Amino acid sequence: MTATAPAPRTRPAAVPTPRPAPRRRRGSVGGTALTVLTWAIALVFVSPALWMVLTAFKTEGIAQTDPPTLLFQPTLDQFRNVVGADFMPYVGNSLIATLASTALVLVLGTPAAYALSIRPVKRTKDVLFFFISTKMLPLVAVVVPIYVAAAEVGMLDNIWTLVVLYTAMNLPIAVWMLRSFFLEVPAGVVEAAQMEGASLPRVLWSVMLPIMAPGVAATALICMIFSWNEFFFAVNLTASQAATVPVYLVGFITSEGLYWAQLAAAATLASLPIVVIGWMAQRQLVRGLSMGAVK
Amino acid sequence: MSATATAPAERPAAPARTPRARRRAHGWSLRAPLLPALIFTILVTQLPFLFTIFYSLRSWNLLRPDSGTFAGLDNYAYVLTDAQFLGAALNTVVITASCVLISMAVGIGLAMLLDRKFLGRGVVRTLLITPFLIIPVATALLWKTTMFDPVFGLLGFVLTPFGLGDVNWVSQYPVVSVVTALVWQWSPFMMLLVLAGLQSQSRDVVEAGQVDGANRWQMFTNVTLPHLRRYIELGVLLGSIYVVNTFDTIYMMTQGGPGTASSNLPFYIYQRTFLGFDIGQSAAMGVIVVIGTIVVATLALRLIFRTFMSDQEAKS
Repeated sequence: MTATAPAPRTRPAAVPTPRPAPRRRRGSVGGTALTVLTWAIALVFVSPALWMVLTAFKTEGIAQTDPPTLLFQPTLDQFRNVVGADFMPYVGNSLIATLASTALVLVLGTPAAYALSIRPVKRTKDVLFFFISTKMLPLVAVVVPIYVAAAEVGMLDNIWTLVVLYTAMNLPIAVWMLRSFFLEVPAGVVEAAQMEGASLPRVLWSVMLPIMAPGVAATALICMIFSWNEFFFAVNLTASQAATVPVYLVGFITSEGLYWAQLAAAATLASLPIVVIGWMAQRQLVRGLSMGAVK
Repeated sequence: MSATATAPAERPAAPARTPRARRRAHGWSLRAPLLPALIFTILVTQLPFLFTIFYSLRSWNLLRPDSGTFAGLDNYAYVLTDAQFLGAALNTVVITASCVLISMAVGIGLAMLLDRKFLGRGVVRTLLITPFLIIPVATALLWKTTMFDPVFGLLGFVLTPFGLGDVNWVSQYPVVSVVTALVWQWSPFMMLLVLAGLQSQSRDVVEAGQVDGANRWQMFTNVTLPHLRRYIELGVLLGSIYVVNTFDTIYMMTQGGPGTASSNLPFYIYQRTFLGFDIGQSAAMGVIVVIGTIVVATLALRLIFRTFMSDQEAKS
């Protein structure tokens, strides 16, 4: 980049710059150095994650050596141990909690976001304020009554309790995010459909949905990430029956000194679905995390 | 709605009544889609909080059979003079503030590196967002073991030449350890936000600055940073909302210890509730946390609305 600095100066200042301005040039020595530096920093930054994956392919013996072992004969034993043990029921619970809550969020959130995207609703601002303020409500402030209520109706250690809670947890994000997508739909599209006599559900379903599909998908992915990774409710409201993947990893707290390789394998497997989803949804990630504020 | 659209043309006879009725019907057709989500959210988030307030006024410890009586503000008096609670509150502020600020600094650095075309840019970005996607519970455990372990940890090995080889990070510096894992997890989030900001920067402005002979540092402080301000504010705000509720990292890494050295409010209240069984006191703590959050959030929400809404919307 240092090499590119003099470049603009050689151009006459008065002439408007040509459109595809070569702000940063490739191939220069400075550029190559910066590229190498960027790669090096990135690799150092993610090294704990790379180390996790590497450790997952070790035997327990070489997972804990001083100095750490870098080259070894990889083995799949740890993955086999994890899957062969009781990992799968946790995955099943996580899948139910994640998919069901995400579906519920979309069913509740899409009409709400639509209503909030058309201006005439008088209290739009208040409602949006309310939704986002629930995100600021500390979970610890509500967990006790939820625990007591769940115990009363026999819903402790029940996966559907988590589904309801995760839906409430993600609904504000989804409403804000979906609203930002609705705002981008040209008003004429909806008006035209209504002129032809289409009812609201019909407008939503057959006119808006096809246009909104990428936005709905992005919203779903964000909800999935948060639900899959959620720990607080999961650890406090479940026991043996409804425990999810993050709760499974708690089991390693007691035995952490002994089973690093197996822990790494379990952590890798547990993270894999969300990491892959996140990689696929990179472009939408910013928008989702900022609740639609940044595109 | 389709009916009301054609109404004026057909029925000009009753101009006084129709518009109001029409407006009301129109209003409801706009409001109805909102109600399920609104009612659901109120039931699941607001109703429990009302019970929390109720519990906080009672003396209720599951281990004491004689408890369950009305206690007035006793719980609040106790909690506000509880040194551990105040320590946890301080830790919450320290952990949240340092995590958000350091993540933001790291995020800006990474975003600046990514804001140019180079070989493998997509791969580097993909790598860099990965820490954010790994289950936080796993992140905390892995940092605690494979990174921070004084004997076999990678960090000890790397830091040995600097004389920091046998530091027991988690027990000697629990807060630093927790913040490190959190920064690693949250920097990608900040990076993505800042990168979106950098990429929305107008080329012409940048080039005008270069033509005027501004050096790189001047460009950064006078042109780029002011442009990024909105994104940085948003990142700090959203980061704070998420990080202030951190529970998993502390649960897995330090259990709030040694003692209560690294407890934050979510973890301390959890301990009082599920290990101390003191429902009344933990409810009072919850209410205090919510009041504190409301004070901070009211200020923050002004910012959010300035950021989220277009000017036109904000005025209506």
